[in-house]
Amino acid sequence: MNSVYEALVEIVGKDHSSVQPEELFIYSWDLGTTEPHRPDYAVSPRTPEQIQKIVQLANKEKIPVVPLGGGLSLAGLAVPFKGGILLDLKRMDSIIEVNEKARYTVVECGVSQGQLTSYLERHCPHLTHSEPGAPPTATIAGNMAIHGQGDLAQPYGFNSDMINGLEVVLPTGEICQFGSCSIGSGWFTLHPLPDVGLFLGWTGTTGIITKVSLRLFPCKKIRGAALFAVDNEELIPEIIYKLTHTQMVEDIVAFSQAIPPFSSGLQHITINLSADSEKELEFKQEIIFDDTLGEYIRKGDGGYLGFNRGLQRPQISKTSDWRKGGGFEYVGSIMPIDTYPECYRRGRQISEKHDIPYTVLGRCIGAAHAMMFSWTYAFNRADPETIKHAKAALHETDDLVLKLGGTIWKPGLYGQKLVMERLNSSTFDLMRKVKQLLDPNGIMNPGNWEPAL
Amino acid sequence: MYEVKYDEKKCLSCRTQDCLIKCQYIDIDKESAKKEILKIGHGEDSFVLHECVTCYACEEYCPMNNHPFYLIVEKQEELDIPPLPRPLIQRGINLGVPFRGEPVIEKVNGRSLLMGVFSDLMFLIQGKLFEGVPVISSDPRKMFHYFCQLMYLHYARTSVINDRLPKIIETIAKHEVDEVICFHDECYGTYTSYCSAVGIEVPFKPVHFFEFLYDRLKELKDEIEPVNLKVAYQRPCSSRLSSDKHHFVQDIFELIGAEAVEREYVDENALCCGGTIVGQRQEGSRKRAAEIEKKNIEDMKSAGAEVCVFNCPACYNTMAQIVTRNGIAPIYMSDLCRLAIGENPAGWR
Repeated sequence: MNSVYEALVEIVGKDHSSVQPEELFIYSWDLGTTEPHRPDYAVSPRTPEQIQKIVQLANKEKIPVVPLGGGLSLAGLAVPFKGGILLDLKRMDSIIEVNEKARYTVVECGVSQGQLTSYLERHCPHLTHSEPGAPPTATIAGNMAIHGQGDLAQPYGFNSDMINGLEVVLPTGEICQFGSCSIGSGWFTLHPLPDVGLFLGWTGTTGIITKVSLRLFPCKKIRGAALFAVDNEELIPEIIYKLTHTQMVEDIVAFSQAIPPFSSGLQHITINLSADSEKELEFKQEIIFDDTLGEYIRKGDGGYLGFNRGLQRPQISKTSDWRKGGGFEYVGSIMPIDTYPECYRRGRQISEKHDIPYTVLGRCIGAAHAMMFSWTYAFNRADPETIKHAKAALHETDDLVLKLGGTIWKPGLYGQKLVMERLNSSTFDLMRKVKQLLDPNGIMNPGNWEPAL
Repeated sequence: MYEVKYDEKKCLSCRTQDCLIKCQYIDIDKESAKKEILKIGHGEDSFVLHECVTCYACEEYCPMNNHPFYLIVEKQEELDIPPLPRPLIQRGINLGVPFRGEPVIEKVNGRSLLMGVFSDLMFLIQGKLFEGVPVISSDPRKMFHYFCQLMYLHYARTSVINDRLPKIIETIAKHEVDEVICFHDECYGTYTSYCSAVGIEVPFKPVHFFEFLYDRLKELKDEIEPVNLKVAYQRPCSSRLSSDKHHFVQDIFELIGAEAVEREYVDENALCCGGTIVGQRQEGSRKRAAEIEKKNIEDMKSAGAEVCVFNCPACYNTMAQIVTRNGIAPIYMSDLCRLAIGENPAGWR
């Protein structure tokens, strides 16, 4: 019997560790175009202490450790490129605390977005969190680790801006806490202690997040979305600017897609509104649709398609299934709002060049401080030729993002390489030192953010 | 090239000018009404072309059968006075494009029920009422091959209707149908009213859905238990094109023991659901639609309605939520009929 496997069984038990090929197969790939790589072991710990022991074992044996949340990142961020131990964190799924008055919750790393949404709807209906566009099984901690954004991005920014505290198992096994929780004062703030934010955007290469304190926000009684359409993409930046100026909108997403035909060539903007009363809702609608967008309607340049109450969450990921049964992967980017028209046009060109129906989408972050713009490329998993086209389109789009002055969000290996080639040399040097300090044996998620480090 | 058969002499000899006098959205006197409709007939601009909310009602009000509504829409397009913003028109026109392959043509050799573009509402045509009735356009992926296209009256695009409708008729005819029961009265209005108004030939006999329901209920009379519900009917715009069949609403209610409450906005005086108005270019369209919605609801409530009966899915989509929030249950007419014969319709909650 393999001694590493025996040691893992000792730590987490036989039921939660595996070397069975069929189970390792499940963990060898994600839903995107990345080539599969099989881990040597898969374990599912229940506590930070178990993770601590696993990491210590991995250091001793010089074995890679790859943490996995919901595994929905698509870009190979949790694919074990160099084998080793795949750490499936989904058993750590307790909602530890909800502090209603201080509006935060403390959750374990395996708690999913859908789990928290469901919990809040049932137990604290006046509170909500910024739910990303991912399927509900995406984990909160995983989303934080990649700087995700959700349906409260417009007023409150990135989901990773909503962290009040973190618990992390370092690559060398120490269990660290960050924020007010680190001095025993509870999990209510990350500030104003010295900033040691080393765990976000590193996609699990600097440590394993085990607990997160997440800010919650008012959940009003009426929540719904309106749709506004324009036929000139050049209008989108100014419309978003005007909408954000009202400070009344929860989520603003502009999109265009070739399928179904009605949407092709048009830009649709979903405008999420919430209110506690009919009076408040009507006031907001008047300001937004009659006053702010009225000029476009009367000139004939923009069309209001009505307001629908009730929000099915998440909304964005539904667009990935337009083609039913096929594969898809997208390049996400963080871009200045004013690049929307160019992003749309160039993305459409890339799609058409590769014979893929185009699907583009821009979500406003903050008061138009930026947008997450995504270009989605559908492919048929059973057809290598379509996968080849999708990969080529993804790489061309990574290049495009940097050419247009943006940053690639949760880049895959190709995108990571492009980013590292452009990084300020002092920044790059500091990253290398940080990585060396935290992970001297280079065991954490090797392959990702690695080539030059 | 198809165009509305408008006869100026009919307007000149008309004593009422009801087309515009009765309009619920335009304030006009009799003398001006005659002047404006004649201007429109001559292809001149008129404030009516700008203020029309495209509710279809003038088509019913006209005592001369001179098709004022079709004329208005045709001239709105000719003079480039679109009631809707450009992107909504483009979106609407793109919506009706058939895609995902050709329809499967099954020969019927007789009578068939046509779901038109509402194939996703097949759950509404279950049970005894529909037993033995073949259905065409039952595949939601192919439904746009059966889309009557008349919706584009709201978009001031008769050119789109005239271009596409003959092909739709050709597709339906390929099923070799003698009689076509139109699930939506917009389809019925298309084949009985619009086609004759512009000279498009229809090679089958259209049957109004309510007439079909009424006849089926009579056949199943022994199984009817009075529903004993106080009902309000939300009359759709397309019903204006088949006003001769509107009596079936009341006939069905009487047959199944539903009490039609006494509303102000009923029959000829019915108000639009607001769905076509909300996105129009006119100043205040959103608020106007909300006011109409409110008037409709208050009217139903004060009349004591327990349920609101729909035939048009667009009206249902626009109003079902608000009706429910006001304590009135929304129901399609077919489901109400199914309730009466002791069935438990899927759409009734």
